[in-house]
Amino acid sequence: MSTPPIIEVKDVRKAYGEKVAVDDVTFAMPPDAILGMLGPNGAGKTSLIRMITTITAPDAGQIFFQGEPLSGYHPTQIGYLPEERGLYKKMYVGEQLLYLARLKGLGKKEAEERAREWLGKFNLEDQWSKKVEELSKGMQQQVQFIATVIHNPKLLILDEPFSGLDPVNATRMRTEILRLKEQGTGVIFSTHRMEQVEELCEYIVLINQGKNILEGKVAEIRRQFQDDKFHLEFEGDLPPGLAGQYELINPTPSGVDIQLRPGQKANDLLRYLLDHDVHIVGFQELLPSLNEVFIKQVTQLDPTNTNPFDSAEA
Amino acid sequence: MNNLWLVIKREYITRVRRKSFILATLLTPLGLAVFFVVVQFIFSYENDEVSRIAVVDDGDVFSGPIPDEKGLFFKFVDDDVETIKAEILEGQEGGYNAILHIPVVKNPRARDFRIEYFSDEPMSLDMEIAIKRRVEKAMRDYKIGQLELDKTALKALDTDVAIRSKKITVAEGENEDTSMAGVVGAGLGTIMGFMMYLSIFIYGMMVMRSVMEEKMNRIVEVVISSVKPTTLLLGKIIGVGAVGLTQVLAWMVLIPGVIFLVTIFFGFDADAAQQMPQSPDMDPEEMQSMVEQVMAGVMEMNWWVIIPCFIIYFLGGYFMYAALFAAVGSAMGDDLGEGQSLTIPITIPVILALYIMMAAMQAPNSSLAVWSSFIPLFAPIVMPARLPFEPPVWQIVLSLIIVVAFAGAMVWLAGRIYRVGILNYGKKSSLRDMGRWLFSKY
Repeated sequence: MSTPPIIEVKDVRKAYGEKVAVDDVTFAMPPDAILGMLGPNGAGKTSLIRMITTITAPDAGQIFFQGEPLSGYHPTQIGYLPEERGLYKKMYVGEQLLYLARLKGLGKKEAEERAREWLGKFNLEDQWSKKVEELSKGMQQQVQFIATVIHNPKLLILDEPFSGLDPVNATRMRTEILRLKEQGTGVIFSTHRMEQVEELCEYIVLINQGKNILEGKVAEIRRQFQDDKFHLEFEGDLPPGLAGQYELINPTPSGVDIQLRPGQKANDLLRYLLDHDVHIVGFQELLPSLNEVFIKQVTQLDPTNTNPFDSAEA
Repeated sequence: MNNLWLVIKREYITRVRRKSFILATLLTPLGLAVFFVVVQFIFSYENDEVSRIAVVDDGDVFSGPIPDEKGLFFKFVDDDVETIKAEILEGQEGGYNAILHIPVVKNPRARDFRIEYFSDEPMSLDMEIAIKRRVEKAMRDYKIGQLELDKTALKALDTDVAIRSKKITVAEGENEDTSMAGVVGAGLGTIMGFMMYLSIFIYGMMVMRSVMEEKMNRIVEVVISSVKPTTLLLGKIIGVGAVGLTQVLAWMVLIPGVIFLVTIFFGFDADAAQQMPQSPDMDPEEMQSMVEQVMAGVMEMNWWVIIPCFIIYFLGGYFMYAALFAAVGSAMGDDLGEGQSLTIPITIPVILALYIMMAAMQAPNSSLAVWSSFIPLFAPIVMPARLPFEPPVWQIVLSLIIVVAFAGAMVWLAGRIYRVGILNYGKKSSLRDMGRWLFSKY
């Protein structure tokens, strides 16, 4: 590999007392992709992130930033939007951005230029000398985001970035995240909301009970977990013998899901349909959602754990 | 370190700019001034009650006129008591409202002497003292005359004893203690002890609130992704400490200034100010010599030792308690009320130290005082108070070393609790949790 990955996590372990929060996790950030870190609440995502941001240190294992072991200098290269986030309510917006930017190593002048530029981008120029508590919640969230990216970090870590965001702000943030990614910023996106990952990430790491249980490209993973389920759309009637040979799910007058049994092939099914003169409107493989993949993988690894989302929010 | 400086600056500027800070800094001296004025007013108020006393001096005890006092006027009358009583009852204009009857002195050697006071208004304590003092003095002169005693010989009987306490180890002529040194030392010590106590409480609490604020606003995780928690903690303690210094300095200028202005505008001249605290028996000459002695006592304090030591104790005490308060602040949950109990383990030693300090002022070299000077949580309050009494050098040095070392250790330990505590959102943590964090890995 010519350029080392922005973040490489190697055999990292972290325990809080008796509880093992992160258990021998290994993964590397792929180039040019948003890494989705997935798992239910309490899976160890935040613990892992806190180690990457150098807030805490691993008990064992190592983390590399562009090939170098993490050190005190690297936080200036990282922008971190924690799940539990907030601002100094009594501080002025401009002052607050300057403070946070300067903590990230920016000079005074540069920090001010960037702060004004970013506020302009979000149409918040007029809020410079307002106190944070005077801003609307949406504006506060935008200021929070600006504080995260003001120092042009090489790596952006977002922990549940969309929680509490209204749809307008969520869209805005999604746009900015994608734009930063296009500019070459590495993005780690941590969430327990699987559907959000499918929209943004090309690459995912699934975390459950502190372990990395699955990683890879989203499309590949879904294909890997396909379970011979197809959706058929048709006009007219289905041949009566079909139900005897294949397992039909949710039949409607115009469509049905068909589950192949072991040994059955999609081509045989199609041939059977054609032989019986079914008017096919559509035929497609049903790929499992990440949610289903996750549950499948968890139960596969640990059959006693039937629903890892039991403890997670509904 | 650059980030440490940024944190200090933020803590300082945001706090100093706050309305509550400006108000507290300006209003405290004003509040004191108002208090001062009100107290003066109360004291001067009772003086507008006027008593005109007719003195019937049957025994010719008084050889000259009786000195008047504010609201208290004496006049000799030749009439007898019953006549004046009748006049008062008739309500004669400009008349008297009390009669003082001094009967003939039958036996100049008698210790007791009974005089009579007639009035329908109750006699105030002040008035009783004033009258008694005047009659006693007149009686003394009267008896001296009657018994034909030698006045100068009598005066020689009252000896003014002044103790000069000197150190055995100090050579003659150098650094002698005057009798006032002990009093001055106790006063100075108490002031220093109280200053320590107040600043530990006020500014230690301020550090705690600052920690809690960051935790509750959820800004802290953003900040410590750029700054080491220990740096943040240290910056906070130093920043708030600077705020405290600013406030104390402002008060040191404003409070005397305001008192000075109040004195000018409300016309509380030196007489009025002296009248109040002064005991009535003290004559101006005595007063003068006492002031001189106090000044001498102040001059003889070993300021070259006291001031630097006080500063070190001040900083050491502040750092150690501020660190503890910060640790407690980091363990607080989102519910402020339920966390208050966590501060009790800190406030108890502070209050204990204050009481020990007051006891140490009575006996600055008692074993309680000496031992407390070596107990880190007590020393910053107790030892500065002992400094004016010139404790042995080894005690000062040992105590200083203990305080500085312990303050450093406290900051370090608090840092270990703090870095875990600030990320523990939700409910407050117990003391046991905090103990566990102490030994947890980073």
